Amino acid sequence: MLKFNLLRIFGEYLVFLWRAFTNREPLRIYWKLYIDECLLIGIDSLTIVAITSTFIGAVTAVQTAYNLVSPLIPLYIIGLIVRDMTILELAPTVTAIVFAGKVGSNIAGQLGTMRITEQIDALEVMGINSISFLVLPKILAGITMYPLLVILAAFLSIVGGYIAGTVGGLITPDEYIYGIRADFIEFNVAFALIKSFVFAFLITTISAFQGYHTRGGALEVGIASTKAVTNSCIALLLADYLLAELLV
Amino acid sequence: MIEVKNINKSFEGKQVLFNISAVFKPGTTSMIIGGSGTGKTVLLKSIVGLIPPDSGQVLFDGRDFYNGTREEKKALRQEIGMLFQGGALFDSKTVEENVRFPLDMLTNMPMDEKMDRVNFCLKRVGLENANKKMPSELSGGMKKRVGIARAIVLQTKYLFCDEPNSGLDPLTAIMIDNLIYEITKEYNITTVVVSHDMNSVMEIGEHIIFIYKGAKLWEGDNESIFQADVKELNEFIFSNKLTRKFKVG
Repeated sequence: MLKFNLLRIFGEYLVFLWRAFTNREPLRIYWKLYIDECLLIGIDSLTIVAITSTFIGAVTAVQTAYNLVSPLIPLYIIGLIVRDMTILELAPTVTAIVFAGKVGSNIAGQLGTMRITEQIDALEVMGINSISFLVLPKILAGITMYPLLVILAAFLSIVGGYIAGTVGGLITPDEYIYGIRADFIEFNVAFALIKSFVFAFLITTISAFQGYHTRGGALEVGIASTKAVTNSCIALLLADYLLAELLV
Repeated sequence: MIEVKNINKSFEGKQVLFNISAVFKPGTTSMIIGGSGTGKTVLLKSIVGLIPPDSGQVLFDGRDFYNGTREEKKALRQEIGMLFQGGALFDSKTVEENVRFPLDMLTNMPMDEKMDRVNFCLKRVGLENANKKMPSELSGGMKKRVGIARAIVLQTKYLFCDEPNSGLDPLTAIMIDNLIYEITKEYNITTVVVSHDMNSVMEIGEHIIFIYKGAKLWEGDNESIFQADVKELNEFIFSNKLTRKFKVG
């Protein structure tokens, strides 16, 4: 029964995506919506992403230094580990969880409220494809802005590691800089960006799906927001594993 | 003219509409009345295409809504205006943007023409100075009036109103009823109003359909409704002291 239910929900999700990308309104209509969503999804997320990524980098540097017990291991390893952990996992994945919490719940709450106050019905009565009109700009803004946020998060995380390492006396600035430049694999950056596109798509579409199908009142809008965050996190962790298996 | 033919609708095995047929004429305010949960709103939403019926036809001046192509449906929808129970105004847009929204989405009108039309419609509903207000700054009655302005901005041929005066004080409710009635006459619109408010029925009910447990039990007008010999309708009409006094009188 549970398996059947999951399959049904997945089928509905696919139909939802199909409707978001087909029978669109003229493209001129989406431009302003896209810019608005970019501001909401991207610019409004800067502060939280900056704070979390800086501290994650700092904590990674401190934890790595704490675990380096052998004097045979050079200290520049701290910089190298901060860099690789940041680019491969912390910047795209941990930021995605923060992003799901902030943007995902916002999308589900917005669409859920529009649903229960009949604003979505009003669009449908006018002959507008409400899914495409409301969701497509969010998806496009998500896959535009989230990779930029990931790049910023990676940069700030490495800077956070540098500050924590050098101010705390764990590593010299030269060692840290040497560490973050040593054995650099360019593909890791591409891998992080591929992840960020996939995660942004999953978070925006799953959250929109939850919000769009809200039924009831304020309580159900709250439930939809919670489900949006939970389901997005599960989906992005699953996608993280699958991408690691496929691309590494 | 809207023709509804043999509409049936079920939700999860429970039938909520039973073989409903009706004709709604232009220039007439038709009302669908009945108690809560009898299927009035489901019927209205089936007519406007928000809840597709399991069987039956809805014809807008002979055009079959459910058997039309996507383009035909879209064209037809542009002739339909709907006033929702809570107004359904877009929270993030001003009054002016809300009313202009159908024009922005569905026409290629130049901005000055759009603004002329928006200002005309806002003036028509008595809100000429509310252009820049946000929906959160409006009273319930004002929201309904903005909803009406948005519904008629495309020079609508068919107007649907779901409980237009719910949550309003009696005076504002009558004002909204009269506004709907006047607009119907002025533009020869086919108007269908869902309501359970007997004041509205008396005020504007030129053509009334009484729905009971998903079936049409009676059809007439606000003159004949008090002479109707239908037990369920009489229970509905004379459910309060005021109408009971009227009956005795």
